[in-house]
Amino acid sequence: MRTPDLIRFARDAATGNPLRTVLLVLAMAIGVAAVVVLTALGDGARRYVINEFSAIGSNLVIVLPGRSQTGGFNPGNAITSTPRDLTVDDAEALQRAPAVRRVAPLAIGTSEISIGGRLREVMVAGTTSQFIEVRRMTLAQGRFLPADDWRRGASEAVIGAKIRDEMFGAEPALGKLVRIGDRRFRIVGVLAAGGQGLGMNTDELVIVPVSLAQAMFNSNTLFRILIEANSREAIEPAKAQVTEIIKVRHDGELDVTVITQDAVLATFDRLLGTLTLGVAGIAAISLAVAGILVMNVMLVSVTQRTAEIGLLKALGATGDTIRAAFLTEAGMLSLAGALLGYALGHAGAALIRHLYPAFPAWPPGWAVVAGLGTALVTGLLFGVLPARRAARLDPVQALSKR
Amino acid sequence: MAEASTAPLIALADIERVFHLGDSEVHALHRLDLQIEAGEYVAVMGPSGSGKSTLLNLLGLLDRPNAGTYRLEGRDVTTLSPEEQARVRSERIGFVFQSFHLVPRLTAAENIALPMTLAGIPPAQRAERVAQALKDYGLADRASHRPDELSGGQRQRVAIARATIMQPAVILADEPTGNLDRATGDEVVRLLEELNAQGVTLIVVTHDASLGSRARRQLQMEDGSLKRDSRCAPPT
Repeated sequence: MRTPDLIRFARDAATGNPLRTVLLVLAMAIGVAAVVVLTALGDGARRYVINEFSAIGSNLVIVLPGRSQTGGFNPGNAITSTPRDLTVDDAEALQRAPAVRRVAPLAIGTSEISIGGRLREVMVAGTTSQFIEVRRMTLAQGRFLPADDWRRGASEAVIGAKIRDEMFGAEPALGKLVRIGDRRFRIVGVLAAGGQGLGMNTDELVIVPVSLAQAMFNSNTLFRILIEANSREAIEPAKAQVTEIIKVRHDGELDVTVITQDAVLATFDRLLGTLTLGVAGIAAISLAVAGILVMNVMLVSVTQRTAEIGLLKALGATGDTIRAAFLTEAGMLSLAGALLGYALGHAGAALIRHLYPAFPAWPPGWAVVAGLGTALVTGLLFGVLPARRAARLDPVQALSKR
Repeated sequence: MAEASTAPLIALADIERVFHLGDSEVHALHRLDLQIEAGEYVAVMGPSGSGKSTLLNLLGLLDRPNAGTYRLEGRDVTTLSPEEQARVRSERIGFVFQSFHLVPRLTAAENIALPMTLAGIPPAQRAERVAQALKDYGLADRASHRPDELSGGQRQRVAIARATIMQPAVILADEPTGNLDRATGDEVVRLLEELNAQGVTLIVVTHDASLGSRARRQLQMEDGSLKRDSRCAPPT
């Protein structure tokens, strides 16, 4: 049988029973659409988190006080106990490492900010001049902390956009004196609005020199040291050099944890990638169900068309021809279902993106290919059994059945 | 073809066909010998269960004997593979069934073209031959009708057109008039006999004595073997 004839024959056989065909295509379509939408959700979540995390800077190496025994990053590493302080001097020493471009110590605490009777609780970050470059933040007004002696620092503060709005309203904030804790600071800069990352909303942050912050919180230890490596390739050397320098300074004991942004990113990437695979697997079950449905319907079809198969054999059709006809029909139904499901899935993903613009719900390419492929393969695979049964029918008995 | 001219069209030798029904064996055909020359008009008659349908299925290569040989045009066809047998059915044998066996979703023209479609003949050639067949069988205005829009006589004419479209050597007709009224049945028989007059071997299985008596050779079957093989002079 010629291929166009085979396709036409299978198409006529499929459209000869529209209800059956529509139901089958729908089942297949739902399976494929489920794969597309669910992987779009999973991969969207992954991309969302990665984007958030990338926003805090690039080529970052982060030093945490205290040592955790496990390698790599896990949420437990973030909370560490410290036998020895991580000091501003440690941070300053890290500037000597050749693979390091910028260093910013970070001391964090909460305090109150007040001006003209207005009082507000704020998060205070004590750091140095390079913090703004390391974190890739931008200023809306004024300037950032000046680059002077890390152990002294002028009484100057940079405030987040939201603090500015709440404390000053329409009045200019630059140059004003405010009270933070028990000290007075002059506002020298305002951060641009919309900064976020690492669970820290910079809109509600007040940044002061690290020495003053430590004095304010009466503590010598740093919360973090943020280090920007020279390049992507320099991240690992920077990590090694930083570790070595701290170790030497801490009498040969490694009592800090050094993590890289890349490692954290990779961990999230892996974690959420696995999640995507998981939901894809769940969606694939619906494809398998659709495949079994294809088999069931094709088996019923073989039974219903027994006389026709007998006739085709009497007219000179070989077993191969009959098998090919039934497989073509199963394949066409699966293909139609897969394409419809693909369109439905993309429509669903587009709807999600429309409703939640911040959420990048794009189905990953591999999932779409896998979904379509699985649909076709299951359709054909589950079509083999009915097709073989049809091809093996005894023509005498098939013809005598009416 | 030199061989075909000396050998008979159909030669059955010592054919056995046994069916197993539970524990018992039924000899549907028993030690059957039969020769049919090209161009003959043969009626196979006999009561139900006498083995005439089994014989027809065997002649049509839809069934295989348990023992014995079947030579079609001098060639032993019992040992052919199923694919080769399908090819022989496609090219040398035409079937006409009592219940027509048309494919309900295909039009008259498509039903007639079906053997050619299965054999992989190009569409242009198919269309030409189908058009000729539709004209020959008076179905030209019914080409795009589906079987359920055709009368019984028209359906059987479509079936005969389909059986002859591949220009077979032999037509096997199983009660071709069984589902038709007398007048339509006569018309169908006339069509078949015209084909026979053009040289196609015609083998008709029937209960109907009057239909059987029209053939030039009658085979009377009983309990799986030939009871009587009688010839009458060709009608003038």
